[in-house]
Amino acid sequence: MDTFFSGTRLSDMIRAIRASKTAAEERAVVRKECAAIRASINENEQDYRHRDLAKLMFIHMLGYPTHFGQMECLKLIASTGFPEKRIGYLGLMLLLDERQEVLMLVTNSLKQDLNHTNQYIVGLALCALGNICSAEMARDLAPEVERLLQFRDPNIRKKAALCAIRIIRKVPDLSENFTNPAASLLKEKHHGVLITGVHLCTEICIVSPEALEYFRKKCTEGLVKTLRGIANSPYSPEYDVAGITDPFLHIRLLKLLRILGQGDAEASDRMNDILAQVASKTESNKNAGNAILYECVQTIMSIEENGGLRVLAINILGKFLSNRDNNIRYVALNMLMRALTVDSKAVQRHRATILECVKDSDASIQKRALELIYLLVNENNVKPLAKELIEYLEVSEQDFKGDLTAKICSIVEKFAPEKIWYIDQMLKVLSEAGNYVKEDVWHALIVVITNAPDLHGYTVRALYRALHTSCEQETLVRVAIWCIGEYADLLVNNNGMLELEEPITVTESDAVDVVETAIKHHTSDVTTKAMALIALLKISSRFPSCSERVKSIIGQNKGSFVLELQQRSMEFSSVIQKHQNIRSSLVERMPVLDEATFSGRRAGSLPTAVSTSGKSSLSIPNGVVKAAAPLVDLLDLSSDDAPAPTSSSANFLQDLLGVDLTQPSPHPVSGTMQPSKAGADILLDLLSVGSPAPSSINGDLLSVHAKNAPVATNDTILSSPTAPSSMMDLLDGFEDKVPIYPSIVAFESSTLKIEFNFTKQPENPQATDIVASFTNLTPNVFTDFLFQAAVPKFLQLHLDPSSSNSLTANGNIKQTMRVTNSQHGKKPMVMRMRVGYKIDGKDMLEEGQINNFPREL
Amino acid sequence: RKLFFSSLLRIGSFISFFWSFVLRCAPSLNYEIMIHFVLLVSRQGKVRLTKWYSPYTQKERSKVIRELSGVILNRGPKLCNFVEWRGYKVVYKRYASLYFCMCIDQEDNELEVLEIIHHYVEILDRYFGSVCELDLIFNFHKAYYILDELLIAGELQESSKKTVARIISAQDQMVEAAKEEAGSISNIIAQATK
Repeated sequence: MDTFFSGTRLSDMIRAIRASKTAAEERAVVRKECAAIRASINENEQDYRHRDLAKLMFIHMLGYPTHFGQMECLKLIASTGFPEKRIGYLGLMLLLDERQEVLMLVTNSLKQDLNHTNQYIVGLALCALGNICSAEMARDLAPEVERLLQFRDPNIRKKAALCAIRIIRKVPDLSENFTNPAASLLKEKHHGVLITGVHLCTEICIVSPEALEYFRKKCTEGLVKTLRGIANSPYSPEYDVAGITDPFLHIRLLKLLRILGQGDAEASDRMNDILAQVASKTESNKNAGNAILYECVQTIMSIEENGGLRVLAINILGKFLSNRDNNIRYVALNMLMRALTVDSKAVQRHRATILECVKDSDASIQKRALELIYLLVNENNVKPLAKELIEYLEVSEQDFKGDLTAKICSIVEKFAPEKIWYIDQMLKVLSEAGNYVKEDVWHALIVVITNAPDLHGYTVRALYRALHTSCEQETLVRVAIWCIGEYADLLVNNNGMLELEEPITVTESDAVDVVETAIKHHTSDVTTKAMALIALLKISSRFPSCSERVKSIIGQNKGSFVLELQQRSMEFSSVIQKHQNIRSSLVERMPVLDEATFSGRRAGSLPTAVSTSGKSSLSIPNGVVKAAAPLVDLLDLSSDDAPAPTSSSANFLQDLLGVDLTQPSPHPVSGTMQPSKAGADILLDLLSVGSPAPSSINGDLLSVHAKNAPVATNDTILSSPTAPSSMMDLLDGFEDKVPIYPSIVAFESSTLKIEFNFTKQPENPQATDIVASFTNLTPNVFTDFLFQAAVPKFLQLHLDPSSSNSLTANGNIKQTMRVTNSQHGKKPMVMRMRVGYKIDGKDMLEEGQINNFPREL
Repeated sequence: RKLFFSSLLRIGSFISFFWSFVLRCAPSLNYEIMIHFVLLVSRQGKVRLTKWYSPYTQKERSKVIRELSGVILNRGPKLCNFVEWRGYKVVYKRYASLYFCMCIDQEDNELEVLEIIHHYVEILDRYFGSVCELDLIFNFHKAYYILDELLIAGELQESSKKTVARIISAQDQMVEAAKEEAGSISNIIAQATK
C-alpha cells in the first residue's frame, strides 16, 4: 500500500493545519489529506478507516465538504468492534443529519445494536438515535426503545427515555406507547433516570391531553413528594451544585408540575405547599439557586391562582430586578413581562427600575426592558415615560435607536392625551432620530396635523425651527417641507399664535430658502426632492413675489436623471409660466385627510404598528381601558338614552346584533374608566365583527375629531349580522363571476379520447370538480372499462365511479372526480392516469401524464 | 407497465424533494427542543466543537457560526450571558480562551443552561485534568463523547459528574482493551509468519 496516505496520524494532521499561516496553506493541507482519505476509501483499507473518519470529522468542523465520508460511517457502525462503532456513530451524528437519505441505510444496524449484549454499544445506538432520528426511523425503532425503558442498567434507561422524547416529537401518535413506561420511571431513585423520566412525561403531556389527565391524577402526589425529598435532602457530594442538591432535577420537576397544575385547581392546590417552600427556602446567592427560583416563579405564575404564592413570586422578581448581576436582571425583565398578564399592578410598581434598565449598557437588557416598558405605558403615565425615553434617545447607541424610536412613536400615538402634546413629542423624535422613523408613522403625523386646524401655524413654525437644528433627519425634513408647502402663509404672518410660543420672524424668501436647501441637500432622496418640488409650487401661488425665484429652482431639475423629478419639474414650470390664472385654485390647501380611513387602512396593512404588540394577550393590561372609552361613545350614538350608557345600552347592542352571549354581562361597560376585564373582552369580540372597527378605536387619538369614524364603525358592526340577505346577495354576485375554465383534451390516442371539464366552488378555491368524458373512437365495444389516476402529495384526489363500465362504439361515458390542491395558486395540477379496458376479451392498457391543466387550478 | 411505475417513482422523488424543501424552510420550528445546538468557539473565532440537535443544512450551519461568533466575541466582559438572536436565545459563557454557547428557545430557563455549560466544563476539566483549549483541539472526539453522555436530543441526560466520568472511562477502557488485543494478535501473526 502507498505510504503517501497511510503516513499522517490524526494529531499530525491537526498540527499541520494549526501550523498553516494562511488560509491558502490550510486549504492545501486539507486538500492533501482529503485526497489521501479518498484514496484510502477507494482501496477499502480497513485498518485506517477509523483514523480517516476522525480526520474527516476534524476537517468537517473547519467547514470543508466531507460528504464522501458518509458511507465510511455506515461501514464502521456495521463492524463488530466497540472502538469502530464508537467512532462510526460519532461520525454519523456529526457528518449527517436527519434529512439525508443515507440515514435510512443505518436503520438496520441501529436495530441490531439496540439489541446488542454489550450495554455500551446499546448506549451508542440510543445516543445516535436520540440525536438524529427521522420520523421513519422513529416509527421503525420505537418498540426497541420502549423495551429499553425497562433495561436493567440505569444508564440505558435514561438514554432510552431521551430517545423516546425525540421519537414523540417526530411522531406524536407514538406517545401512547410510552405513557405507562414513562410513569414507572417517575418512581426511580437514580437521578439520571429520574431527570429524563420526568422530562419524558412532560413531553408526553404536551402532545397528549389524555396522558396529561392520567399523569395529573396518578403522579402529582408522587412528584410533589419527590420534589420535597430533593429540596430537603442533606448534602450529597455527587449531585451538589453550590450547596443545592441537583438543581437540574429541581427544575425538571417544577416544569412538569407547571404543566400538571395549569388549568386544574385541584392539582395546583396539591403543589402549593412545596412551591412555597422552594420559593422561600432556596438560596439566592448563586446561579444554581436562582435558576430554581426562576423556574419556580414561572410555575407559580402558570398554575391556578393562589394569592399568597403570587405575591411571593412577584417579590422574588423584584429582588431579581435589583440584583447587581446582569443575568439575573435579564431574567427578571423576561419574567415580569409574563407576569404582566397576571398582575399588572405589581409590575407597574417596578416601573422606575425597569426604566433604568432601558438605559443599561447591555444591549440584551435594554431590549428586554424597552419591550416591558412599552407594555407598561398607559394614559396615566405616558407623559413622564415618553419624556424619559425621548431624553434617552439623544444619548442612546445607534443600534438601539431604531427599536427605541419605533416604540416611542407607537406609545406617543396611542396614548397621547392631546394633539399638541403628540405633535410636540413627534417633533422631538423626528429631530433626534428622524432617520429611524418609519414611513407610516410620519404619514400618521401629517394626518393628525391636517386635522388640527388651530395648530397649523404652531406646527409649521415649530418645524421651521427644528429644521434649522437638525436638517440631517430625512423624515423631519419631509414633514417640515410638506407643512411649509401647505401652511406657508401661517409661517410668515405668525397666524394663530399660541400663548406658549415665542414669536418668530420669517420672511417669504426665508421659507423658499428652507425648501431650496432641502432640495439641494446631498442627503435628500427622491421622495424628499419630489415633495420639495410640490411645496415650491404651492409657495409660488401663496407668495407671488417669490414666483420668479421658485420658477428658477424648479427649472433646475428639468435635467434630472430621475424621471419623477424631471417630470414634476417640467409640469410645474409650465403651471407657473402658462397657467397663472388657474394656478391658485390648482394648488389650494389639501383637503383634511380622513383619519379614520387612514388608520383603518394602516391597521389593515400593518397590524402590529397600531395595536400594541405582537402578543395580544400581553396587550390587555394597558389595552382594556383604552378600548372601552371610545366604545362608550359608540354606544351613545346607537342608543337614544345617552346619559346612562351602562349595561342597558350594552344589552341593547347585544339585542341589536342578535348575538347570544353566554355571559350575562353584569357590568360590561360602566361609565368609569375601569370596566371589568370580561366586559371588555366581550366588547372586543363584538367589535371584531366589523374588521376596521378595532383599529380606529386603538388609534383613538386619530378618531377624536373625525366625526364619521364611530358612525362608520357602527355601520359595519350592524350591517353584518342584521342584514344576512345582503350578504347573500354579495355571494350571489360572486357566483356569477366564477371564472369559466376551458376544458382540455387530457388524452387522445387512436382508440380513446378523454376530455376534462372543470368547475370550482367559489368558497373553496382549492377544490376543483372535474368531469372526465371518455369517447370511444373505434367501432368496437369497450368492456370492463377502468380509469385510474395518481397525483403528487400536494394534491388530493377523490374519484367517483364512472357512469358505466362499458363504452359502445363511438359512445361516451362520464366520470367525476374532485381534486384539492393544497398548493393552490403556487403549483399547477398534474396527474398520471391509466385506462384499462377490453376489446373482444383482449386486455388493452393506455397510460399518460396530464400536464396541460389550466394554471389557475 | 414498467414505464408507468417509473413515472410514479418520478413523482415520488418529486414529492420527497418537496418535503425536503419544506423542512429546509422551517428548521426546528415544527417541534419544541431545549438546546438547538452547542457551539464552542475560540476567542479568534475558530470553531472547536459544534453539535446540532435541530436540523440545519451545512450552509445554514456556517452562517449561524459566522453570525453568532460575530455577536458574541464582540460583547464586553461585564454584560449578561444572553444574546437574543433570530427569535432564539443564545446562552454563552467564556472559559479562558473558549466561548461555550448553547442556543435555546425564548421560553427556556437561561440560568439553567448556564449551569449546564458549567457542568460540562467541570466534567471536561476532571477528564483532562485542568482542561485547556489544546486538549479540546487534539482530543476533539473525546469532547464529543463526553457531550454525548451529557445531552441527547438537546436535553440533559445526567446530573452527576461522577456517573459521566465513570461511563466514559469504562468505554475508554474497552477501546484500550480492543487495541491491545489487536496488537497482540498482530504480534502473534507477525511471529508466526517469521
